Amino acid sequence: MALLEIDNLHVFYGQIHALRGVTINVEADKIITLIGANGAGKTTTLNAVSSILGAAEGSVTFADEDINDMAPHDVVAKGVVQVPEGRRIFGRLTVHENLRMGAFLRKDKAGINQSEEKMLEMFPVLRERLKQVAGTLSGGEQQMLAMARALMSEPSMLLLDEPSMGLAPMLVQQIFKTIQDIRDQGVSVLLVEQNAFMALQIADYGYVMETGVIVLEGSAKKLLNDDSVKEAYLG
Amino acid sequence: MAFDVVASARQEREKQVSPVQRAVITGLIFGGFAFYFALVGILTNFHERWIIFDYISLGHALLIVVAGSAGLYLASKSRANSHAGLLMQGAGAGAITGLIMALLVFVIVNFNLRFIFVQLKKPLLDVLTFNLDPWAGAACLVAGGAAIGALGVLFFIMTPSLRRPLVAGLAAVGFTGLFQELIQLMIQNPSVMWLRQLIFNWDGLMLQGAAILFVLFAGIYAFWGWRREQITAGFNRLPVSQQKTVRVSSIALVAIIALLFPYVAGNFIGQVLMLVGLFTLMGMGLNLEIGLAGLLDLGFVAFYAVGAYTTALLTAHSDAAFMQLPYWLAMPIAVFFSICVGVLFGVPVLKVRGDYLAVATLGLGEIVRVIVLSDAAAPVLAGAQGILSIPRPFIGSFELDNPVALFYLTLVCSLIAAYIAWSLENSRLGRAWTAIRDDEDVAQALGINLVNVKLLAYGLGAAFAGLAGSIFAIMLGSIFPHSFQLIISINVLALIIVGGMGSLPGVALGALALIGLPELLREFGEYRFLFYGLVIVVMMRLRPEGLWPSASRRREMNVSEEERAAVEAELAASKAAAGKDA
Repeated sequence: MALLEIDNLHVFYGQIHALRGVTINVEADKIITLIGANGAGKTTTLNAVSSILGAAEGSVTFADEDINDMAPHDVVAKGVVQVPEGRRIFGRLTVHENLRMGAFLRKDKAGINQSEEKMLEMFPVLRERLKQVAGTLSGGEQQMLAMARALMSEPSMLLLDEPSMGLAPMLVQQIFKTIQDIRDQGVSVLLVEQNAFMALQIADYGYVMETGVIVLEGSAKKLLNDDSVKEAYLG
Repeated sequence: MAFDVVASARQEREKQVSPVQRAVITGLIFGGFAFYFALVGILTNFHERWIIFDYISLGHALLIVVAGSAGLYLASKSRANSHAGLLMQGAGAGAITGLIMALLVFVIVNFNLRFIFVQLKKPLLDVLTFNLDPWAGAACLVAGGAAIGALGVLFFIMTPSLRRPLVAGLAAVGFTGLFQELIQLMIQNPSVMWLRQLIFNWDGLMLQGAAILFVLFAGIYAFWGWRREQITAGFNRLPVSQQKTVRVSSIALVAIIALLFPYVAGNFIGQVLMLVGLFTLMGMGLNLEIGLAGLLDLGFVAFYAVGAYTTALLTAHSDAAFMQLPYWLAMPIAVFFSICVGVLFGVPVLKVRGDYLAVATLGLGEIVRVIVLSDAAAPVLAGAQGILSIPRPFIGSFELDNPVALFYLTLVCSLIAAYIAWSLENSRLGRAWTAIRDDEDVAQALGINLVNVKLLAYGLGAAFAGLAGSIFAIMLGSIFPHSFQLIISINVLALIIVGGMGSLPGVALGALALIGLPELLREFGEYRFLFYGLVIVVMMRLRPEGLWPSASRRREMNVSEEERAAVEAELAASKAAAGKDA
């Protein structure tokens, strides 16, 4: 039984049939990646899991519980939290306030302090910038802040949307290394990426999506060596 | 997208212009201001009020301020070191300002344009020519303009230790002259008759009084500037416990004087301060919606109306009322009702953001007013006739029947409301509001319940307005639909922008500036909105964060400064690199 099960999911934007029967399983303590071209429906899938979008058909089950009809904030309370595309930190709040915002649903003060300390150990740059307004951080630092903020809610499942977008290659390496660390600490990751090569290198299992359907799936190693994947995404 | 007041990051480059050009341009700009003031009638209107009786009218003071500002502006923009050159520039700019007014004199004497510009007539001529014949008057304008322009420059380049006492003295004279009627009312007591006779006569401030005031205030200020260091050093030498006593007692003294002021100052001031209090209450409510949660609400007056009408329907001694409850029971019901309407109001606009939200709330606010005014609702809400005979509240057997007593009621309510607003700001809910203001989608992704948080913003914001409306109803004793126009929403919005969005002291300051001042200067009421527009444009240019910004707001404004500095540093670095390559 997988931790997160997306079964035959259909999503519409008005008349547009964006997801046409997507089935994805995320095992506990694994990194699962969802790769595909622009407009394939990757972000839509994440938004449907977070309940920001409603599904027309199909189910999303997390830890044996249907989360498809829940409100977005209840999904977060269950332990599934999304890091949205393009970082989107609260630019006018300080780094510290951003982190605190991530723990919005938690009420145990001591635990929140502990989590913050843990995040600052994981991302030492953030400690230097703790009192700084988040809008002044560099792109890489903002991405780290966005991830740390999401982790502040102590989720058991992290949905990452294009964490490498717009970052320098060095930083991308660092971010992906961190994603592995996150998994090793017992948080399952569903990683949506356009940078298929990097994503498959750290993932345990992968799905390839094209225009709203899963066209291929398999272990990350297998996909890395798959000819059609090579041709289409790894060039 | 939230509603934001943000200064554009656009950098303005100083164009290279010669000193003569600069003087001419500045003179034309400020001359344009004076010309405009004359054309719309402000000058004539202001001329009817004396600052110093028989010597300087408010109209002439305005001309002096405009010409002086030309000099000040020139001096502040110029990087030239030579004082003589600067003084010449100032004189030139002032002369051009005067010349434009002289041209106006020429036009009035020789042409009749009154069918278009109704103000171009004899009274304006009298202001501009100082009751002399036109040629002499025009010469006076040019010469006086030059002198005052140069004085403006002089004012800028003199040492601060000289300038500050001058400003203090001039401000004291200007303030006393402008509000002489009110001040005379306050010192009517026979025991201070000598003071009054020394400074005022029946028509206004006397020259001798102005001189005394000027010397007195400039002297106090100069003394303070001169002895300041000794005084603060003496204070620092005291033991800590005594320092604390001195500080606490001085704060207490100021607070007591401020508290007693309306009591001493009488009903008119009480009335004005009460209005300021009501708008402060509403400002604090709207501040929760806009300043914290970023929800631009232009229908805010609706909640004010609900509070007023609920109070009227529950307490009035008229056929329209349902019952005659005591006020203290009706007030919480009115507040509760406003909260309900606020939440109802929020439901249809939950998914509307930014500019569209402003338009949607504008419509909702109007709907409330139209319903109240309509014939269909007239059997319940009394329609255009309004509800009369709303009784004043009692405390024991003491009836709160004068503006001063009602002001104290408003003050108590405002203080309680301010405390509530302050604790909300620093609560979990306050943080959730800040989050949705910054980014609704992310806030949702972090587990914030958008629906609840937004509806709470509308509901709690409405509570403040409902309380204000409830007090408004007993203040007037009767209410009519046309008291609840859109312009009230706009006033409240303007006062929180001017005061500083998200800042509680800013709201009170904004209310004093935008509600209190125009109320005191009633006779210039027709220019009230001109004044509003001017104040808001000037504020956005010079101090977009508001008069008394909140800490976070100040920080946000610094972000753009920091970014600007970073961009400039980068540019400089790349330039330096390019220079090396070459």
